[in-house]
Amino acid sequence: MTEDTSPILRVEGVVKYYGARAAVSGVSFELWPGEVLAVVGESGSGKSTLLNSVAARVRPDAGRVSFLTRHEGMVDVHAMSEAQRRLLARTDWGYVHQDAVQGLRMNVSAGANVGERLMALGERHYGRIRSEAASWLERVEMDVARIDDTPATFSGGMRQRLQIARNLVTRPRLVFMDEPTSGLDVSVQAKLLDLLRSLTRGLSLAAIVVTHDLAVARLLAHRMIVMKEGRMVETGLTDQVLDDPQHPYTQLLVSSVLQP
Amino acid sequence: MTDTSTVLPALRVDGLAKRFTLHHQGGVELPVLEGVSLEAFRGECVALDGPSGAGKSTLLKLIYANYRATAGSIRVRRESASAEVEVTRADARTLLALRRDTIGYVSQFLRTVPRVGALDVVAEPLLVGGEADTSALREAHRKAQELLLRLRIPQRLWHVPPATFSGGEQQRINIARSFIRSWPILLLDEPTASLDADNCSTVASLIDEARARGAAVIGIFHDARVRERVATKVIDMERFQPRPGSR
Repeated sequence: MTEDTSPILRVEGVVKYYGARAAVSGVSFELWPGEVLAVVGESGSGKSTLLNSVAARVRPDAGRVSFLTRHEGMVDVHAMSEAQRRLLARTDWGYVHQDAVQGLRMNVSAGANVGERLMALGERHYGRIRSEAASWLERVEMDVARIDDTPATFSGGMRQRLQIARNLVTRPRLVFMDEPTSGLDVSVQAKLLDLLRSLTRGLSLAAIVVTHDLAVARLLAHRMIVMKEGRMVETGLTDQVLDDPQHPYTQLLVSSVLQP
Repeated sequence: MTDTSTVLPALRVDGLAKRFTLHHQGGVELPVLEGVSLEAFRGECVALDGPSGAGKSTLLKLIYANYRATAGSIRVRRESASAEVEVTRADARTLLALRRDTIGYVSQFLRTVPRVGALDVVAEPLLVGGEADTSALREAHRKAQELLLRLRIPQRLWHVPPATFSGGEQQRINIARSFIRSWPILLLDEPTASLDADNCSTVASLIDEARARGAAVIGIFHDARVRERVATKVIDMERFQPRPGSR
């Protein structure tokens, strides 16, 4: 495996206030191609705000987020034009919402949900779009016969699969995931996690996964960041942080669950 | 021809200490290891010996960077790079690379992934990093089958997820998974703990083969006969016990 010489994402000193309260205060990290990073912490720890600041969905009050673009090297995502940022979000980035309803168009067919991002890249050939959509439904283990049904008729697990297919069809290099499995039944969760694991490994995807579930982090992530009150209190390899936690807060988190 | 690789150790541990601080038990400190110094050369099998609680598993976990050292250094020679890596100071990315190309580790327990069959669990270490083409996949499966046969895993179990296997079967899956790659450094934590005599002897042969191709093996073998059979050097871990009251 060749070694990359540059991170795909660099986050430097990101700060985000809501009113007088700092939801994120001074978080920095790098992500390298193919790496999956978990951001864990309890609700209110700032992990979702961090994700949205990095994914350019909210504008941080301070700090910088740079992404390694295909043609122009590292680019400050918050300094891009709105049009550039939208193109990035539809092509090289993916964003998997906790609630699939937010990430899907509920009134168009499953096939069209997957095909939409291809069309954003300029693909106009209906047959190719449909066959690519069908192949992605298969990859996320959905019944291809449901290609013309709308997600409104799908179960929570199927919607989440469809959302993943919709995101991955353009072969993004970086995917953001906000609690991707937490709204689902336990059995459905396990299958989806397994799917996410094989997709991220198989496609060498870089990903940031926000989760409150340490087992999800253990299964999916190479590295981990622990957030508390907007600060990064600990970081390291996932198994290091879970098996030999150093910070009092991480020790509390790890000891509060059954066998993470 | 001067081959420095036979002269320099594959692994050097110097003055290594490990102490756990339990913040929620009144900040109590548990010293486990102190002043650990050892070397492992290519072709050696170093056995860590000592009673339960002597910190044998802890030392392997420190070398694998699963635990973080309190003091001291661990220097590993990486195949693809000329310089040594100091494990206790390396960044996450270097450690991940080290685990990808240099250090293999057999833990006492198999951490199973739901729904993945035994053959794929064993083949996985050959397929990390990028999409595998079909010939790489076929070759990985062929090697996995060979190991499963040698370790006497019945063929009807090959496509079954190992979560339902017995302890001994899971352990053999774990072993197969770790011997499928030619790791330059191989850490073995009780690889024969729940195995019968035939399988113990297979594992001993696998260790000999790894040494023959130049691996440095560091292991814990509770069974004295297995230890005598495979070890080229035995380290008494009681030497590294922290003295009461010492820091």
